[in-house]
Amino acid sequence: MDRKVAVFRKEHFNAAHRLHNPAWSDEMNQKVFGKCNLPHYHGHNYELIVKVTGVPDPQTGYVMDMKVLSDIIKAEVVDRFDHRNLNLDTLEFRDLNPTAENIVVVIYDLLRKEIDSQFDLKVTLYETPRNFVEYPA
Amino acid sequence: MLTLRLLSIMVFLTRVEHFNAAHKLFNPNWSREKNDEVFGRCANENWHGHNFELFVTVKGTPDPDTGFIVDAKLLSKIIKDHVIEKLDHRNLNLDVDFMKGKMCSIENLVIGIWNELEPLMPPAVRLHCIKLVETPRIFVEYFG
Repeated sequence: MDRKVAVFRKEHFNAAHRLHNPAWSDEMNQKVFGKCNLPHYHGHNYELIVKVTGVPDPQTGYVMDMKVLSDIIKAEVVDRFDHRNLNLDTLEFRDLNPTAENIVVVIYDLLRKEIDSQFDLKVTLYETPRNFVEYPA
Repeated sequence: MLTLRLLSIMVFLTRVEHFNAAHKLFNPNWSREKNDEVFGRCANENWHGHNFELFVTVKGTPDPDTGFIVDAKLLSKIIKDHVIEKLDHRNLNLDVDFMKGKMCSIENLVIGIWNELEPLMPPAVRLHCIKLVETPRIFVEYFG
């Protein structure tokens, strides 16, 4: 069988952040980012869906071992971001505005280097139950 | 007969609102080590955050003219003006007047929200329950 199958793993992390562009004035930041720019941070329950697509291995029937995928996500994403302040506690967002768009690309890059290149990878990130992003688009 | 029957009927109505906020669990009377031991990751110095869901349940008897126990739009406005406005996109430890000096657990937060809303209820209804959902896996309920 050489047909591709997509497998999905869901994980979650809770984090604080604020949206702020240091190159702009406070007025400009407040105008563009509104409440998301408030100085004392706010936070979200981020829900992460990782999609790996490939041909199931004939020996195991797996595209990839979901326990391995879960361990990779925990090590690369959850341990790094869970219960952290994305602006203050992470290297990735020291100089990068932690919008959902930027977070999903960072997560993709962290996972891509750990997942065999024969598999396609897609990451979906829910910032709230109503706002979510996807990469690659 | 119909009026009597309606008067004896109690209906619960729930309005759901949401807010996103940062907080940490940290007791300033304890050492950093003790805070880490008791609160774990929730004691992170630089905060973390959640999408909170707030369920406000009131009870009353349907008005014979409107069929409502309360105008749900009015209830929503009370919750938004007096609670959501104070909490949404805020730091619960630093920015919220009714949480000053209290430990910022959801248990204390749900009591604080009750105390804000209870005096503001329209005369026809009584506040019955506040449910506060911190994550899809953790929530609290308070009945006053």
